Amino acid sequence: MDLRLENIGHSYGSIEVMEGINLDIPAGKIVCIVGPSGCGKSTLLRLIGGLEEPTIGRVLQVGEPPSDSLNPLTYIFQDFALLPWRTVENNISLILKDYGLSDVEAEAIISDVLSRTKLTDFRKALPKQLSGGMKQRVAISRALAVNPAVMLMDEPLSALDSQTRELLIDDLINLWKRKPFTAIYVTHNLNEAVRLGHSIVVLSRRPGKIREIIEIVKPLAERGLGDADLDAKQKHLWNLMREEAMAADQELIDV
Amino acid sequence: MSDAKQQTARTVEFRGGGFTPQSKRWIGLVTFIVLIIGVEIGTRMGFISNLTVPRPSDVFATFVELWNSGLLWKHLLPSVIRLVIGASIGASFGICVGVMIGLFSLVRAGLVPLVAAIFPIPKIALLPLFVIWFGIDEMSKYALIAFGTFTPTVVATYGAVDNVDRSLIRMGQSFSLSWSTIVSKIVLPGAMPGILSGLRISLAIAIILLVAAEMLGAEYGIGAYILEAGSLYDLERLFVGVVILSIMGVCVSALISIVEKRLLMWRI
Ligand SMILES: Nc1ncnc2c1ncn2[C@@H]1O[C@H](COP(=O)(O)OP(=O)(O)O)[C@@H](O)[C@H]1O
Ligand SMILES: [Mg+2]
Repeated sequence: MDLRLENIGHSYGSIEVMEGINLDIPAGKIVCIVGPSGCGKSTLLRLIGGLEEPTIGRVLQVGEPPSDSLNPLTYIFQDFALLPWRTVENNISLILKDYGLSDVEAEAIISDVLSRTKLTDFRKALPKQLSGGMKQRVAISRALAVNPAVMLMDEPLSALDSQTRELLIDDLINLWKRKPFTAIYVTHNLNEAVRLGHSIVVLSRRPGKIREIIEIVKPLAERGLGDADLDAKQKHLWNLMREEAMAADQELIDV
Repeated sequence: MSDAKQQTARTVEFRGGGFTPQSKRWIGLVTFIVLIIGVEIGTRMGFISNLTVPRPSDVFATFVELWNSGLLWKHLLPSVIRLVIGASIGASFGICVGVMIGLFSLVRAGLVPLVAAIFPIPKIALLPLFVIWFGIDEMSKYALIAFGTFTPTVVATYGAVDNVDRSLIRMGQSFSLSWSTIVSKIVLPGAMPGILSGLRISLAIAIILLVAAEMLGAEYGIGAYILEAGSLYDLERLFVGVVILSIMGVCVSALISIVEKRLLMWRI
């Protein structure tokens, strides 16, 4: 299943947050969205997943999601959004039960996703007992459990320290290698973008428009920390972002 | 620093203490004991007159007497039953209405002003009305206690529902969870800490109203016992009654603490 954004525009009251967004998200690819803070990245993701309705334009699902996909559009949030009163396994089973899965089916899925995220030993733990990186892995396994067609990730690693972030980038790459998933990955961290994105969409400052789309052909598995070609891309991204940030500053002074 | 030979070294002073509640149960007990011993000594030495405060040992003797005569249970049992029935009705209605207010804007718009209007009414003032509506016996007592418990529970509950982390509700929606699952598995557990701390206040109010209800037409009950002692200026018996009420309060509070420990283990 592909996603297509057609001329998306959105306003909150008189504030126009974004306009004229046209974008295709092909199946099996990770599309990163970067842009200065407040340019509407989170809003765009909410529009894509149907948590909010765009003021104009529409989001299209092209083709059918896989028949075994319980929740085709699944989010992974920056703040993990785990229920603190439920153990790791119960955070996942809550959702599977609501889809009417039997205990046996749910148990099979839970074991599978927890082993894929290396959390098998922590299935009885409460969120308060886990580190930030582990919490996000729980959230990732919860998302994997519903077998999404597209994962919508809003700064999933931004609340983590840089070492944990590196480890989780590796984890995500490994998950993708084993079973390529489609993802829209919002971040303000340009390094994450060049490590994980098959394409990177740069948004301009508010009202957010697509400024540039950068393709990276190098396979995910071959990318590493400090690759020269990736660094060049990152530098290019940074120049674009800096222009936006400086222009935004200038606007504030002019007001 | 390294060139001075006789540098004085001292441990950095600890200044991070306090502001973290710790369970030191016995301190509470010590407060009571010190206070009681103080009064006992005061009354024996004579610098507290027997007319102001009865001697704790006399109060205790009166209590033992009450216990031995079997009258204690005769008074306590009806009181506890009234408290349990009245408070359960009030609290469960209060939680239901509070959750409705928290969930539905229409209910909120309609009921919040009403609750605000009945909250400050001293419910005791309405007792004659309840007697007319429900009769002089048990029903009007239940109604009074229930009504008094209801309003603070409503206010605490909808506040607690409002405070449930919106990002968790959004998470539920993002997984297309059904409305009933979001309410029962996300909103209610999330509101539980607020509801329980609201119950602490509501149940204390229930005890106050229990006594008020029993002072008006009850043969047995702690309220009736206190009223009788008060009208005879029998300070020892009055204090026995008051102490029993305090113990009831402590028991209710302890009960809620146990429930909190069980239900809110997940909190940091
Ligand atoms: N629910 C809302 N109501 C009003 N304004 C909002 C709302 N959500 C976001 N905004 C505004 O929209 C703009 C974009 O927000 P957001 O999408 O969170 O940006 P980003 O994620 O790129 O930092 C910001 O200026 C923000 O203040
Ligand atoms: Mg954001």
